[in-house]
Amino acid sequence: MRHLLSAGDLTLDEATLVLDTAKELAQVGGRSVKKLPTLRGRTVVNLFYEDSTRTRISFEAAAKRMSADVINFSAKGSSVSKGESLKDTALTLQAMGADGVVIRHSASGAAHRLAEWVDGAVVNAGDGTHEHPTQALLDAYTIRERMGRLDGLRVAVVGDIRHSRVARSNVLLLNTLGAEVTLVAPPTLLPVSVRTWPCSVSYDLDEVLPKSDVVMMLRVQAERMNAAFFPTAREYSRRYGLDGDRFARMPDHAIVMHPGPMIRGMEISAEVADSPRSTIVEQVANGVSVRMAVLYLLLSGSGSGTGN
Amino acid sequence: MTNTTHLIRDARILGGERADILLRGGRIEAIGPGLAADGAQVVDAAGAVALPGLVDLHTHLREPGREDAETVATGSRSAAMGGYTAVFAMANTDPVADTAGVVEQVWRLGREAGHCDVHPVGAVTRGLGGEHLAELGAMADSAAGVRVFSDDGMCVSDALLMRRALEYVKAFDGVVAQHAQEPRLTEGAQMNEGVVSDRLGLAGWPAVAEEAVIARDCLLAEHVGSRLHICHVSTKGSVQIIRWAKSRGCDVTAEVTPHHLLLTDDLAESYDPIYKVNPPLRTAEDVEALREGLADGTIDVVATDHAPHPSEAKETEWCHAAMGMLGLETALSVVQHTMVDTGLLDWAGVARRMSETPARIGRLTGQGRPLAVGEPANVTLYDTSAERVVDAAAMASKSMNSPFNGMTLPGRVAATFLRGVPTVLDGKIQ
Ligand SMILES: [Zn+2]
Repeated sequence: MRHLLSAGDLTLDEATLVLDTAKELAQVGGRSVKKLPTLRGRTVVNLFYEDSTRTRISFEAAAKRMSADVINFSAKGSSVSKGESLKDTALTLQAMGADGVVIRHSASGAAHRLAEWVDGAVVNAGDGTHEHPTQALLDAYTIRERMGRLDGLRVAVVGDIRHSRVARSNVLLLNTLGAEVTLVAPPTLLPVSVRTWPCSVSYDLDEVLPKSDVVMMLRVQAERMNAAFFPTAREYSRRYGLDGDRFARMPDHAIVMHPGPMIRGMEISAEVADSPRSTIVEQVANGVSVRMAVLYLLLSGSGSGTGN
Repeated sequence: MTNTTHLIRDARILGGERADILLRGGRIEAIGPGLAADGAQVVDAAGAVALPGLVDLHTHLREPGREDAETVATGSRSAAMGGYTAVFAMANTDPVADTAGVVEQVWRLGREAGHCDVHPVGAVTRGLGGEHLAELGAMADSAAGVRVFSDDGMCVSDALLMRRALEYVKAFDGVVAQHAQEPRLTEGAQMNEGVVSDRLGLAGWPAVAEEAVIARDCLLAEHVGSRLHICHVSTKGSVQIIRWAKSRGCDVTAEVTPHHLLLTDDLAESYDPIYKVNPPLRTAEDVEALREGLADGTIDVVATDHAPHPSEAKETEWCHAAMGMLGLETALSVVQHTMVDTGLLDWAGVARRMSETPARIGRLTGQGRPLAVGEPANVTLYDTSAERVVDAAAMASKSMNSPFNGMTLPGRVAATFLRGVPTVLDGKIQ
């Protein structure tokens, strides 16, 4: 593994190794000594072109717990906001000798482009409407912790699939790990070629819920309404929102996930979000362990200072 | 200049019989075996194919306004290197070529450069705004003698305005060249909508956005009895619609670009915007339909849509990158590779689609003429047996955004003559 750009790049063995490594690191992190010397002398740059405090903090905590030097390079107030191109920024990072670059960007493919311009390992922390592979890894980790396995599990992913990098990464990774994914959305929020994806598709949430072990609710942005993807927030909520009545139709063992930040009331009701079968809080904690594992596997083998 | 006399030795006329061609006084003076040099400079064609000088209906020369990407001088050198003796320069300059003043400026710059004839295309609407007709008649009556009108880059999407433009240009035998792109269906569009765009998370440019406009405009042109030209046809459905429109008697012509004859949308998987173009690269099925359409005459011409951009416009994130590709210096090689070497076209067919028909659509009288005694000495010598690795950095264009860079392509333009004057000799600009 040289970079982590797409969840589809991971083989079953590699994905399993990330999850197993995350488990070990979580156990270490659970002890009182929170810092491991693993990445001492390595430099990790957090290059965030989009506001995402949660993801940035998660990566920062992961790198620091392994004693890496962390440089936060946020677009606001830096040369980036003054119009410096991604390529020029990449050349700067290259000159600094960054061993790893974690990039969040509004443009699909930005992480791929960056990987061509720097020698260090690139981790895609979300690129446009393309992918968010560490989110998928932490979701898979969370499912495995709760359910004990992934193989053969039935996972429903509900919401704005078309514009969701979380959905893309999850479909690829969960398929690799042997889960059966069903995407649920109004047809307007599904990609036109979704039938070629390695998953099932349904327009009917009520029909899918009783047959699901995991229900993953995605964020639906209000601006989609203005672009005629659906008539009103109320109608969306009525047809695709997860409220108490729908929650009751799920099997007793089934869990509810949400990558956050969530809109309570629209896609998920407060009582469901706060239920013990909701994993929303532990997804955040698991995120740090999974990102530690990713950084460890990408960076621990490399020579320090100059990248690989 | 017109006193230059050249004897082309041993050329294959349109890929057929071998003969010598004597160029004198800007005209073809003689064609036949074993002509006497008689003081003429001898050019050994060594069996290269002789074609009438190529005519490109769709070139972006960027001047005025974006001289950092291309100028009339560099673009016309690029054209000559590609075997062209005439190009039509698109109107989306800054200022837009929507007045007699701007088109005359471009026309004059072309004459000063002297590497090929430069015919400005006039904008259909003022400022390419899609709201008010530009002064089409003034551009037609200007020294530039504009006959082709296009808002290329933008679609004339307003049906009524399109109807009026089609009708109005009949007064001076003009033609409207439509860039067919339904704007609402392509808001923010980045690449062909399909399996690849869905996987890459790039906003889709659906085929229907092109096909719907073509269908509408063919019906409009038929209704008002006007001729219509469709720019850069890119989809299988468009080919089918144009074939149907022609069968009804609609006076429509269409062009395809070299890149749409060869490249497909899966190249976007690299996220390298060198492959970003408008209309976008489509699927292998579309490519096949375009080749068939060009072979059977549904598509009339190959036009390059040569679109130079400075490197910073391409060395960036895909969605921020400029759309467009260089085309002039690789067009003939791509056509050989996709159409001739595959048996779909012979060289006479290439001459028709890259010289005769584009000249006729643009109403040029001194270009696209047969290789015959007494005709203007616009001749391209093309060595079909050569092979080359495309090197964008070595091109005459000011820009380097060739999607063919690094590819091995057949053929090489050995020489280009513009009214008897060599603009390219031995593959080098003169
Ligand atoms: Zn165009």
